[in-house]
Amino acid sequence: MSKARTSLSRTAFVHAALIAYTLIAVFPVFLTIINSFKNRNAIFRNPMQVPTPATFDLVGYHTVLGQGDFALYFQNSLIVTIVSIFLVLLFGAMAAFALSEYRFRGNTLMGLYLALGIMIPIRLGTVAILQGMVATGLVNTLTALILVYTAQGLPLAVFILSEFMRTVSDDLKNAGRIDGLSEYSIFFRLVLPLVRPAMATVAVFTMIPIWNDLWFPLILAPGEANKTVTLGSQIFIGQFVTNWNAVLAALSLAILPVLVLYLAFSRQLIRGITSGAVK
Amino acid sequence: MTDATVSEAELEAVRRPRRWHIAVFLLPALVVYSAVMILPLFETLRLSLFNTVDGQSTFVGLANFKTLFGDARWASDFWNALKNNFIFFAIHMLVQNPIGIALAALLSVPKLRGAAFYRTAIFLPTLLSFVIVGFIWKLILSPIWGVSPYLMDVVGLKSLFAPWLGRPGSALIAVSLISVWQYVGIPMMLIYAALLSIPEEVIEAAECDGVTGWAQFFKIKLPLILPAIGIISILTFVGNFNAFDLVYTVQGALAGPDGSTDILGTLLYRTFFGFQLQLGDRSMGATIATVMFLIILAGVSLYLFVIQRRIRRYQF
Repeated sequence: MSKARTSLSRTAFVHAALIAYTLIAVFPVFLTIINSFKNRNAIFRNPMQVPTPATFDLVGYHTVLGQGDFALYFQNSLIVTIVSIFLVLLFGAMAAFALSEYRFRGNTLMGLYLALGIMIPIRLGTVAILQGMVATGLVNTLTALILVYTAQGLPLAVFILSEFMRTVSDDLKNAGRIDGLSEYSIFFRLVLPLVRPAMATVAVFTMIPIWNDLWFPLILAPGEANKTVTLGSQIFIGQFVTNWNAVLAALSLAILPVLVLYLAFSRQLIRGITSGAVK
Repeated sequence: MTDATVSEAELEAVRRPRRWHIAVFLLPALVVYSAVMILPLFETLRLSLFNTVDGQSTFVGLANFKTLFGDARWASDFWNALKNNFIFFAIHMLVQNPIGIALAALLSVPKLRGAAFYRTAIFLPTLLSFVIVGFIWKLILSPIWGVSPYLMDVVGLKSLFAPWLGRPGSALIAVSLISVWQYVGIPMMLIYAALLSIPEEVIEAAECDGVTGWAQFFKIKLPLILPAIGIISILTFVGNFNAFDLVYTVQGALAGPDGSTDILGTLLYRTFFGFQLQLGDRSMGATIATVMFLIILAGVSLYLFVIQRRIRRYQF
């Protein structure tokens, strides 16, 4: 696109439009965070103002950290998310390897079967999932959530990873076979390290919906000991609707981890989305 | 997986010793996926044909669907939720996707400074949970806080402000637009990627022929990114007919005011799980889930077998 004309007014228009939308996208988050550090009067009198020494107040954070059990919720969310991602990556990569590496009867059919879940949301099976979890005594445990999220993440993981595994050189794997490596070592020691970038993409795609999900925690694990951050803040905010300091502080605390992770990994995430979509 | 017909190419594989490692590689994924996703899905579809009669689970055929579509107690809720869901989807298609395409077109302007910054900032809301998004907007749109009246005053539109989330006539539109705000990053990214993959020669050829600016976008680039637009449309469709969280956090399980923001997801939640005085009903829950399944299946099939085949693809 080297010959594109870069007239000044056009560039100015493009920037103006993008800045305008960026403001729309970021402003609500910014507004929440600045107001969470202000006292009640300042929140209502001057919502637009950043906190000054006169209006600075941490009362909202005191309420949240004193009342809600956010450390526990946070820990639950971390356990559920990390274990689910680990299982999705491990099981997904294994299945993707089997599908892309070996020719066997029913290979295509198996690929299609596993791809079904990309388009059909797991949520529609909730009635029977809850029944099954009750029958196996898993209701109100983190295990129930981990199982559901693993099943939910697998189809896309298998799909993306098998695309990538097809690009791993056959010569390399055959050289490994001649050197006497078992199929398992070929997978774990040769192939897995080579598809690491794809694994990172899958991890990010899997993580966001799990961390943010409200439906399954609400139905499968609503007990106090097993609440995730999303459900915990939903219920906490519901109870403190009139305490604006607490609500704004709780929202800011919920935004914080996502924001930090996003700023750290945004490059990788965006590259993952754009590279996957080109196909 | 083993009882399919044997083709010539695969005969060779059969003669080799049994390759247990294939089963070992496939099994964990297959077991978890089948047990937690596929079987419950089919069990739910099956449950929709049963109901409790005299304390016994009995096969009732399509009676549950008849109740859902025609019974005085159910039908008005169901048709209301279905209609709202279509409006919800229409607003996404008409607002979210065009804005996403426009932003992607702006971002892909060659040699644009700060493109990475804009991209990162605009994609931020997509990562936030519905709880955060729902409550932030509830606060911003709240007449008590006065942020929106203040902002509208700045642009001289204060008289137009109303408590949109609280009025039956505007609540659904307000909730849909909040959802658009949250998700506009996804079409933006996918279209952006598609625009970047258009080869330079095509653009250069267009410029040699004097096709630039708007004409270039509509005549050259847009036809080339149609497959990506197809993908975002079907993603929007599946996402919208499966939505629940945002309505639940903004308007509660009753999807008020007066059911005006009720969509299939919230109806399923109330029916299956019960809410306040309403008792949970497993069979009717399964019936609604089945209807949602059929709607999504119809949309996905329409996309895969009709739209995707008609879209002309260009190979570079």
